[in-house]
Amino acid sequence: MRYMVSEVSALTVRELKKWYRTKMLIILSLIQPILWLGLFGKAMNMTGLLRIPEDLIQNLPPYATQQISMLFNKIIESYFGVSDIDYFSYMAIGMLTIIILFTSMFSGMSIMWDRRLGFLNKLLASPISRASIVISRILASVIRALIQATLVFFIALAFGLKLNLAGILEVILAIITLFLLSLGLSSFFIAITVRLKSWEAHMGIMNLVNLPLMFASNVLYPIKLMPEWLRGIASVNPLSFATNVLRQAFLYGSKADLTAILHDFSITLIFAVSLLVICVISSNRALREL
Amino acid sequence: MTENDVIVVRNLTKKFGDLVAVNNISFNVKRGEIFGFLGPNGAGKTTTINMLTTLIKPTSGEAYVEGYDVVKESNFVRQVIGLVPQEITVDDDLTGWENIMLQATLYHIPKDEARRRAKEVLELVGLLNDADRMVETYSGGMRKRLEIACGLIHRPKILFLDEPTLGLDVQTRVAIWDYIKSLRREYNMTIFLTTHYMEEADALCDRIAIIDRGVIKAIDSPDNLKRRLGGDIIEFEFANNIQLANSIISHLDFVIDHKILENKLRVKVTDGDKQLPIILERLIRSNVKVAKIVLKRPTLDDVFIELTGREFREEEGGREEIFKRRAILRRVRKV
Repeated sequence: MRYMVSEVSALTVRELKKWYRTKMLIILSLIQPILWLGLFGKAMNMTGLLRIPEDLIQNLPPYATQQISMLFNKIIESYFGVSDIDYFSYMAIGMLTIIILFTSMFSGMSIMWDRRLGFLNKLLASPISRASIVISRILASVIRALIQATLVFFIALAFGLKLNLAGILEVILAIITLFLLSLGLSSFFIAITVRLKSWEAHMGIMNLVNLPLMFASNVLYPIKLMPEWLRGIASVNPLSFATNVLRQAFLYGSKADLTAILHDFSITLIFAVSLLVICVISSNRALREL
Repeated sequence: MTENDVIVVRNLTKKFGDLVAVNNISFNVKRGEIFGFLGPNGAGKTTTINMLTTLIKPTSGEAYVEGYDVVKESNFVRQVIGLVPQEITVDDDLTGWENIMLQATLYHIPKDEARRRAKEVLELVGLLNDADRMVETYSGGMRKRLEIACGLIHRPKILFLDEPTLGLDVQTRVAIWDYIKSLRREYNMTIFLTTHYMEEADALCDRIAIIDRGVIKAIDSPDNLKRRLGGDIIEFEFANNIQLANSIISHLDFVIDHKILENKLRVKVTDGDKQLPIILERLIRSNVKVAKIVLKRPTLDDVFIELTGREFREEEGGREEIFKRRAILRRVRKV
């Protein structure tokens, strides 16, 4: 066990050093979320549709204005959870789960390259636990994802993300949720790619899984706006559960519902742990069969 | 199996689907020996190394390394072996020192001891002064030396070297041979290597197993293998009528053996320098036009042709094989 800790930490540090030293890649991987935030987040502005234009306010009697804004607020509340929310903040918090997805997606890439370049063979010929090889990749991927998510969070703040924090407990749960989501997704992608030999196949699978996971969720749009079949998919998408926890903690303020947070948190926890176990078991087998 | 046999292989076979990569091979390697597997690409050398280093499981047969079964006691085998794979696997983005220390951690060597040994092995391969540089600034030969140093950090009893000088230039190759020899001298290490370079097997190995299409054709010292040929080789090329020449030569009683290989006629005789004029005279008398003659003392090349009936030539691998080779060549040639 003590051996495993030192193996895992040595291999994780290797991964992170390699990542840290390719600064170009880190910058490139941040450009995409910035574009999403800037172009999509600002341009879509769905909540802007439900605002009374200035010239109308002047022509309407105050009574009507009040009624209309009450109606609009009710609509926003029913779709977005709370009424004092703007679409950019809604979407920016969703972007945190997207960046976790984008980063975790690459978790299997290094195993694949190590296999192609022969490093994996050298590892397998040494007396280390097979699980260490996989766990170190997952761990490195999670750390990368969390660092990237933190960077995106600050970028979003600079772009005008308006926080309305629920409380310390909720925020801590939200941060752990990000960790768990990344753990689950990294495990998922490693379990898939540990058997692959070509990066083309790897890219293909990433693209295949990436879009549905992103769009069939509440990350960019409220689930309520979706047709029923899509709503079904979105409501079991792990990204949706994680995003719920994050929005409650970061945007709902005093209206946050701790029971709902705990519910979605537990589901993310189950998702992460089961995928981790599946990944370690199946990759152990894959590495033995090499 | 005696105390001195550090590797014992009995009827080892590996099949990949229909392809028999290694076909029922048996051999022993003695302690302190440099033992070479010589054969063209695709002969089954790497498959054999992969089985001995516990990376893949044999389809049938058994193999013992230091007395441990490679399948049932793989973890014990891994403790006593070092592997220097054919690919350059050291990390470009880490320094030489970091690469070595990573390897040390994987073998659970305590930090202080690891630092001491890292210095020692880096010194041995002549990289101590470059240890703090990023590996991406290393030349191909330096990378290979670092790779070897990584394989030594846990003081393995047996070192497996898969194509140790693939793609390196002649001078670097000779330098690597010296390092390998000094390992044996300094640590009395047993070394198992594969190569498809005849001169490498000749210069380095105490004994060679010649392997072709998964089958071991002969095991002996390079000198004995050459002696087995029992004569010199004369190669003729003709401007015309190779068949006629062949039949003329077949009637000469001092000719030990003769065969046609593509456009060449290979003739084996004792005392080639004395017999050559006689053969030539006969050929000219029968109006055969000789275009070219080569007289040579036997080399391992000739041994290979003798044993397998074909020239030693690289065989085309699959797509992945070609990718790997290109990647290796690219990395070792980077200066």
